[in-house]
Amino acid sequence: MHAAVVVFPGSNCDRDLAVAFKAAGAKVSMVWHKDTALPSDVDIIGVPGGFSFGDYLRCGAIAANSPICRSVAAHAEKGGYVIGICNGFQVLTETGLLPGALLRNAGLKYICKTVGLKVETSSSPYTEGYNAGDVINIPIAHHDGNYFADDDTVAMLRGEDRVAFSYTDNPNGSRGDIAGILSGNRRVLGMMPHPERAADAGHGGTDGQALFRALSGVLSTA
Amino acid sequence: MKARVHVMLKNGVLDPQGEAVRHALGALGFDGVNGVRQGKVIELDLADGTTKGDVTAMCEKLLANTVIESFTVEMS
Repeated sequence: MHAAVVVFPGSNCDRDLAVAFKAAGAKVSMVWHKDTALPSDVDIIGVPGGFSFGDYLRCGAIAANSPICRSVAAHAEKGGYVIGICNGFQVLTETGLLPGALLRNAGLKYICKTVGLKVETSSSPYTEGYNAGDVINIPIAHHDGNYFADDDTVAMLRGEDRVAFSYTDNPNGSRGDIAGILSGNRRVLGMMPHPERAADAGHGGTDGQALFRALSGVLSTA
Repeated sequence: MKARVHVMLKNGVLDPQGEAVRHALGALGFDGVNGVRQGKVIELDLADGTTKGDVTAMCEKLLANTVIESFTVEMS
């Protein structure tokens, strides 16, 4: 598995994500936002958490229009794998690779704590290491994590089994308690919680490890 | 020439910042504020010949997220 982690000005979870990929056996390349091309043999692109471009205009909006994001979109469009975490999820909705948008938390406060997530589907390359219905503990750290999509879109996501994770105790007002969603081909995942911050015993929890290991299993045999 | 773009959250999209402002106005004794919606104004200084259609394209591509926001463009 060869993973590329995109780095924007203001990204701050890029190295954590790289460490989590490496621990699952991946070769990792860091890619700067001004780069226009990805390494040719990349299997998965990680769009990390942080505050790309200072969250100016809207979270993820400037990053979504940066040169590297055209390559990320092209990679996804030809069936490549992409995971966006936190700010990365915001970037993926801004590019249109995933539906919906992330609004300011309903309680207005920045929230940094570990929350319970229900695994809604084990039918994806990211979640096949869990059982549907499992509750895992993963940290969140965001100010704009309130997932919004219109009723038809939420129904479509549920109907197509594209909700990957939901909050057991909704912290931010997200519609349908949605914490993470999949693309139609199930190869693009966006999620607000940080599995890379629960991937080593030193983090205080390892519930995120199964996500990276499942990916590694899928992409190493591909 | 200049353009002024107003960007607002669409009706039906919860505006927690507007709600916080409404509560604060009530706490200050301003009665009768039934709702507050907070948006943003973006002023553009444009080359002559830029059309309203050009600015609309800028809004759709970057300045607004039409999933959650609506916008209006005033040219002057």
